Amino acid sequence: MRKWISLLLATVLTAVVAVACASPDDTTVAQGGGGPAGGSTLDTVISRGSLICGVNGQLPGFSFVDNNGEYSGMDADYCRAIAAALFDDPTKVEFRNLSAQERFTALAAGEVDVLIRNTTWTINRDTALGLEFAPTTFFDGQGMMVTTASGIQDLNGLSGRSICVQSGTTTEQNLTDRFRKLNIPFTPVVFDDEDALYSAFAQGRCQAATSDRSQLTARRKSLPNPDNYVVLDEVFSKEPLGPVTRNNDSRWYDAVKWITFGTFQAEELGITQANLDQQASTTDPEVKRFLGQEGTLGSDMGLPNDFMVRVIKHVGNYGEIYKRNIGDPFQLERGINELWTNGGLIYSPPFR
Amino acid sequence: MTTTTPQFSAPPVNQLGPWAWAKKNLFSSWFNTLLTIISLLLLIWVTTSLLGWALTQAQWDVLPSNFRLLLVGRYPVEFIWQVWLGVAVIAAVGGFSWGVLARQARLLDRRALITLGVLAAIIVVVLALLTNPVSIALALGLLVLLVLTGFAGQAIGRAKPQLGTWLPLLWLVGFLLSFALIRGLIIGRTVRLDDLGGLLLTILVAAVSIVLSFPLGVLLALGRRSDLPVIRGLSVLYIEVIRGLPLITILFASQLLVPMALPPQIRTERVMRAIVGFTLFSAAYLAENVRGGLQSVPRGQSEAAKALGMNPLLTTSLIVLPQALKAVIPTIVGQFISLFKDTSLLAIVGLTELLGMGQAILANPQYLGRSGEVYLFIGLIYFLCCYAMSSASRRLEKQLSAPRRAVEPALTTARPDGG
Repeated sequence: MRKWISLLLATVLTAVVAVACASPDDTTVAQGGGGPAGGSTLDTVISRGSLICGVNGQLPGFSFVDNNGEYSGMDADYCRAIAAALFDDPTKVEFRNLSAQERFTALAAGEVDVLIRNTTWTINRDTALGLEFAPTTFFDGQGMMVTTASGIQDLNGLSGRSICVQSGTTTEQNLTDRFRKLNIPFTPVVFDDEDALYSAFAQGRCQAATSDRSQLTARRKSLPNPDNYVVLDEVFSKEPLGPVTRNNDSRWYDAVKWITFGTFQAEELGITQANLDQQASTTDPEVKRFLGQEGTLGSDMGLPNDFMVRVIKHVGNYGEIYKRNIGDPFQLERGINELWTNGGLIYSPPFR
Repeated sequence: MTTTTPQFSAPPVNQLGPWAWAKKNLFSSWFNTLLTIISLLLLIWVTTSLLGWALTQAQWDVLPSNFRLLLVGRYPVEFIWQVWLGVAVIAAVGGFSWGVLARQARLLDRRALITLGVLAAIIVVVLALLTNPVSIALALGLLVLLVLTGFAGQAIGRAKPQLGTWLPLLWLVGFLLSFALIRGLIIGRTVRLDDLGGLLLTILVAAVSIVLSFPLGVLLALGRRSDLPVIRGLSVLYIEVIRGLPLITILFASQLLVPMALPPQIRTERVMRAIVGFTLFSAAYLAENVRGGLQSVPRGQSEAAKALGMNPLLTTSLIVLPQALKAVIPTIVGQFISLFKDTSLLAIVGLTELLGMGQAILANPQYLGRSGEVYLFIGLIYFLCCYAMSSASRRLEKQLSAPRRAVEPALTTARPDGG
């Protein structure tokens, strides 16, 4: 009897060790090879005929399910932009909702081809986690919302006040760090749930609420009297959000990177969904190159030469994407998300 | 239970007037009076504030505009008739087995009429607020189908009384057919499993996991009582390992580790992996429940079977298991109800079942901050489903224990509460 048990245990242990030894290799294959077929994810996606895009699915302005059951938001539009560039059909996207905890594992395991899930670009994620960050599509940052009646103008005005914050997020950490640095005393009121946080704020249980500025602006609109609240100009963290791919898959990373840059460049060149047809008959060599009428910018990286025509036709340029998903619904100014020509940070390297 | 009621004389309490009743039960001492008043005040306060919120502050328009999403998720709109067809199959099977089971009695007795009336009223009133007239007509049509197949089942059941034993098989076939219809495997367009969502996904995951985990759980329970050390050891190991892990861990593992362990060519759908996770988890608990039932069967039963010359397989399947399972119906149903509610954990691993769909809708800038309305509605749906399951289990229990009471009247009368 005892012999049997020890034999059994030994077998199980061997199996566990075997699995433990085998799985790192598997992940390396998934990471290194980039995709199920072993080649570049670009080939996998094209042969599959659809893009699997990891999104949040529950974030206002970035990705959510609208009344018609369609994914909507800025992140969802970037998924569509990639599908449009590859297949000339923005509907060829399988959206995959991912939680914050599982997103990187899902990407590493090849569950998704690209992760466009409001993911902040940090050195740790870029290096230790083995990810590649495509250009930032939205420069977010932590902000502070207060009531207009309180007359608070800046963070110093919050001395001794209580501040509503969500627990277990980098937001909480940033808040404590910043206020300790400025030597301002405050009382944090911590909530687990975001809805509870804003209803407590609306009921006056705290004088200020802190979160990413995009979320504060979105939430402000949903409070009973939006005009009674104001988001302070001060930004006290850097949250650059953009598409993410796996390490060691340059062809796929390049494709995602230049499709994203292309939306910036299109805005800079003034090419919109509306005037795309007129622009096609242009004599401007820069525009001709950009739209694939001259040169081989697309085919050099395994995409059709007119890939940006497809993207603009189906999804639009950066300004249009921003306006549709963030600007119009939340009246959030472009701010640092303006083109570099207008004093913002949205800047594309040249297309030549 | 009409047969047992005459055995009990009605307790005299019922003959008291309302005042006397209240005095006896609510105001018998100063302490009880205080308790009554406090509870009453609390009840009034909660009800009025809830009603006040529901009638003045709540913005219910989030429900009608997202009703379809909550029920079927991102299922393609133009193929929604496939879902109706699948539900119709279930309604037909349900009506048929109702008719077969009620073949001795009148089909539309008072209780059935009340239930049907309430269902029809709910369909007309609630759905009128939430959805379009076509859906109401279709839902009422399902009810009519239920009654019609009920009569058909009764007629056939009277002609062939042995049909009752085949009902489980009919349910299995009906379930598979319904699933194939909803997926569009027979007619229409094939819908990916991952495109199912909302209540449809919740019910699908729960139902498939329940059906699959039951045989697995019974086998594990038998394995744990086996005389063969390897089988017993493996069963014990499986049960204890799974019971030692939180469900959410198993779900995360099934969503994240399984694709890493599988060769990259094999892609499994996420819903499939979730079902596997739930089945493995539920089977371990079920095994322990069934083992409790097995231990409650006296040794004499299997010894008697052996004395009659039955082999171990027959002894187990015909003598021991039926008695064991009957004894643990409440615990097993309790397990299934908790499995049904546990499907809401899928929202955490990114699947849009009922709760996940609710959260996705709440992220729509149009409906920010409507969590009260949406969560209340989702809670109501969960309650209705769980209540239906537990009342079905109560009826099953009564039906299975009815013959025993008839044989042993002494046992029945000895119990003061009368069941």
